[in-house]
Amino acid sequence: MMLADRRVTLKSPSQVEKMRRAGRLVADVLDRMSEELQPGVTTADLDRIAEEMIRRAGGIPSFLGVPGAGGPYRHTICVSIDDEVVHGIPGRRRIETGQVVSIDAGAIIDGWHGDAARTFVVGDVPPETLRLVEETRRGMDEGIAAARAGRSIGDIAAAVEAVALEHGYGVLREYGGHGIGNEMHEDPFVPNYRAAGRGRKLEVGLCLAIEPMFTLGGPDVQLLDDGWTVATVDGSLAAHWEQTIAILPEGPEILTVNGRDVSLSRGAGV
Amino acid sequence: MAKKDAIEVEGTVIEPLPNTMFAVELENGHRVLAHISGKLRMNFIRILPGDRVRVELSPYDLSRGRITYRLK
Repeated sequence: MMLADRRVTLKSPSQVEKMRRAGRLVADVLDRMSEELQPGVTTADLDRIAEEMIRRAGGIPSFLGVPGAGGPYRHTICVSIDDEVVHGIPGRRRIETGQVVSIDAGAIIDGWHGDAARTFVVGDVPPETLRLVEETRRGMDEGIAAARAGRSIGDIAAAVEAVALEHGYGVLREYGGHGIGNEMHEDPFVPNYRAAGRGRKLEVGLCLAIEPMFTLGGPDVQLLDDGWTVATVDGSLAAHWEQTIAILPEGPEILTVNGRDVSLSRGAGV
Repeated sequence: MAKKDAIEVEGTVIEPLPNTMFAVELENGHRVLAHISGKLRMNFIRILPGDRVRVELSPYDLSRGRITYRLK
């Protein structure tokens, strides 16, 4: 009943190099978001800054035009606060101390995509909240470490899920990671939990966006009335981290990095 | 941006329903309620009973889907 993955493409070394360029820009944008994320700034302000950075670098925001229930996406980033997990729409909402804010950004340079997300805390938050944010990131790191040629999508999913299971975090099922290259969303789908039939073999040249979404409560989410924002049904806090990676002969390489130390600092970025 | 999980299947359009919805019968005999994807709509692609189409189903509600392609 299931058709073969139609859009799995393996990227050559020179194509991976092009994706590094897009990835580097996305990392730069998220670094800048970390600096700009202060109480009082609006999510639309952040979106404007991100768009300008991408265009100035000769790129195109990749979220523009993505189809959804709320109509084609019209912004550069997604900003998801507290019980919002992903796809929060930038607008007039102001950032406040104590919030858990995840920012997702994507850019296209020369036809190649980069897609990444980080969760930040604004000011002081309870230890349990900080742990969710850090452990979601660790879930992503574990998933990335499992992404080696010869292994399978299911291995990535199991590695991500294992971190959530340690803490009893909710793991979203309907949303997950994806292949990426000339399109933002390519096959295969990368679930964040081990499920039957998700055993596609990983090969050199496969580029994936690995993105765990964990909650402090249950795994169930709902689409809000704006047709885009995905929020937890039980109102629990959620965290989201994402990196774009390439599977190379020597192992996985994270493409959405820029050589800068992502220092763990509270207040602005985590 | 997170991707939504979807199962892609093929089926045959049985009949049109109100609001540009369609009853589609899948290869396994299941009938689903499907709407037309934005891309098909934008390109003015007509869907008629008897057309073979590709349908995207949510694994979390297998009775509803989205027609994403009309096969030749």
